[in-house]
Amino acid sequence: MPQLIPLMVLIPLIAAALTVILGRQPRLQVAISSTALTLTVAISAVQLWLIDLNGPAVVAVGGWAAPWGIALVVDRLSAIMLLISSIMLLGVLIYSIGQGVADRHRETPVSIFHPSYLILSAGVFTTFIAGDLFNLYVGFEVLLASSYVLLTLGGTGERIRAGVTYIIVSLVSSLFFLASIALIYGATGTVNMAQLSVRLAELPADVQLVLHLLLLIGFGIKAAVFPLSFWLPDSYPTAPAPVTAVFAGLLTKVGVYALIRTETVLFAEQDLSALFLVVGSLTMIVGILGALAQADIKRLLSFTLVSHIGYMLFGIGLSSTLGLAATIYYVVHHITVQTTLFLTTGLIERIGGATSINRLAGLLKASPLVAILFFIPALNLGGIPPFSGFIGKVGLFDAGVDAPSPLVWVGIAAGAVTSLLTLYALARFWNMAFWRGQSELKGYESVLIESLQEAPEAPDASVAVKTRTVPTTMLAVTTGMVALTVALTVFAGPLFGFAERAAENLETPTTYIETVFPGGVQ
Amino acid sequence: MNASMTLILLMAVMYASGVYVLLERSLTRVLIGFLLVGNATNILLFLMSGRPGLGPIMEDGVDPSEISDPLPQALILTAIVINLGITAFMLALIYRSWWLAQLGAKGDLIDDEEQDLEDALASAAELRRSEADDTAIQAILGASEEHLDAAGDVDDTADDADADAAELLAELTALDAPSEPPHGGHDSDDTNREGNR
Repeated sequence: MPQLIPLMVLIPLIAAALTVILGRQPRLQVAISSTALTLTVAISAVQLWLIDLNGPAVVAVGGWAAPWGIALVVDRLSAIMLLISSIMLLGVLIYSIGQGVADRHRETPVSIFHPSYLILSAGVFTTFIAGDLFNLYVGFEVLLASSYVLLTLGGTGERIRAGVTYIIVSLVSSLFFLASIALIYGATGTVNMAQLSVRLAELPADVQLVLHLLLLIGFGIKAAVFPLSFWLPDSYPTAPAPVTAVFAGLLTKVGVYALIRTETVLFAEQDLSALFLVVGSLTMIVGILGALAQADIKRLLSFTLVSHIGYMLFGIGLSSTLGLAATIYYVVHHITVQTTLFLTTGLIERIGGATSINRLAGLLKASPLVAILFFIPALNLGGIPPFSGFIGKVGLFDAGVDAPSPLVWVGIAAGAVTSLLTLYALARFWNMAFWRGQSELKGYESVLIESLQEAPEAPDASVAVKTRTVPTTMLAVTTGMVALTVALTVFAGPLFGFAERAAENLETPTTYIETVFPGGVQ
Repeated sequence: MNASMTLILLMAVMYASGVYVLLERSLTRVLIGFLLVGNATNILLFLMSGRPGLGPIMEDGVDPSEISDPLPQALILTAIVINLGITAFMLALIYRSWWLAQLGAKGDLIDDEEQDLEDALASAAELRRSEADDTAIQAILGASEEHLDAAGDVDDTADDADADAAELLAELTALDAPSEPPHGGHDSDDTNREGNR
């Protein structure tokens, strides 16, 4: 039933309009937005099942056939991205409802939160189902515009400062994208991806390279790829915990999704794998070295986020079916784990009243459940067997060994080092915040922390002495997310099988083209 | 494909000056830079439609090759709408950062009267709700009064707002049930908050 596909975008948009109208009735807002996102989860689950059974589905919007009208295409990659992102969006929404009910103060205007969040969802879904390049651009703009609002929610000085960096960087990347669409249209006369797949390959190699690189720069900024990643750790951590969680989980992955599409559908013929391998290794190493220097858990996680984008670039750079399959699995794993860790950080902030390791101690005693909820995804991200992080990394390395070259070996080495350093960074936080007794905190001094301890207020006052209660909704959602990360491990076999089928589709773009143009491209 | 030299030159100048202004420190200039670069990109899109032709309406007797390409125009329209929205948001952001720079967080303490009225009404309703809870409320009020005394130096603006709320509340309680002596806006406000938790 491909008719269901446009509903993925329509339902959140209509719900967003309703929540704007009902801005003064928070309970109705909550009911509408959670119903809308539950529906999108159901639809994407049905779609995933149908598409795995029958192959890719296409919808011609308005009844206009592909080269003239707008085509919405859902293949296996889109379907799995839709499902995992709708689950994340629903989970984070419930978490934020739990948080909003618990501490309602005027600094976070809840009436704006729901519409912006729903429009963000619609934007994310639009990018995943877009069958032409310009629709992809519109999807990006929709999700970015609502992310600007969410990031600067409340308009405190800190958030405005972080927001300005984020917005200007995003605007520049969007302009790169738009300019490359213009040039691609000028060179080929179409923006339909299936048609572009054929026509771009006919262009002279140097023209192709320019267009290719322009697109990669635009997507690379969004995906936070190494030389273009400096904006991310500066802007994400200041947002409220649920917002950071959904940004970290989804927004960079939308960029990665666009990169995968560029490499497999648009420029399948042109091989830039060396670039991807080099940039991927650098992203991993530079990102994780940044994480090691952080005392604040939110900043630390933002740096690991950048670093782990490197694994996905490595997978794309291998340009083999197994490499792509491992990348898809890794993307799914990383969306889940990174979102969960940021949600847990929100819990830590509630219990401990801080996010910096020089102010947190004794959390294990204060709340054993939160300790477990941090420990499992942390090990998972660090790649400890048997968790999904380990399976994803082994899959990537395995694919690398199949296509050996010096650059691939460098990538594998960088990946292994990054995995260990991630574990080190998270274990350090665990030791300080959870295992260290509160009595040890007062006299504690470290070279790394010294500069941060010059804060004017007395350090004793902010120490986690008394614990606040955590709403059960927040705990329940986080527990559910952790359970989902474990489920990714338990059901790794079927999921990896699905990822392999998705990668086979991607490796042969003819499947994609034939879906959009059953009679062949003119 | 033919293209107008004037438009190409215009685009180049706008890109160059836009990037230059975009790199300035002042946020307003950054916005102007963004507008220039954004419109330069729109011109780039427009250039891709080739040489100018007839309006894109298919009629009898119109040679399709004489018609100008409508798609870039549709794309530009979309891009312009998006730029408009982003510009509006950027202006709000710039105004907010100016506000914070001029007044700091103190500016936020100036409450709007509607919110005061809402709070006063809500707390009046809270006070009226149950006679049996009176003693409990008294205890909380006592505690918050101590808290207020301890706090001491409350901001002038906040005081004014409190006085307003107190007046409103006094009127309301006088109208309804005179059994509850007015305690001042801030105190009942606090009870209301306590009730919410």
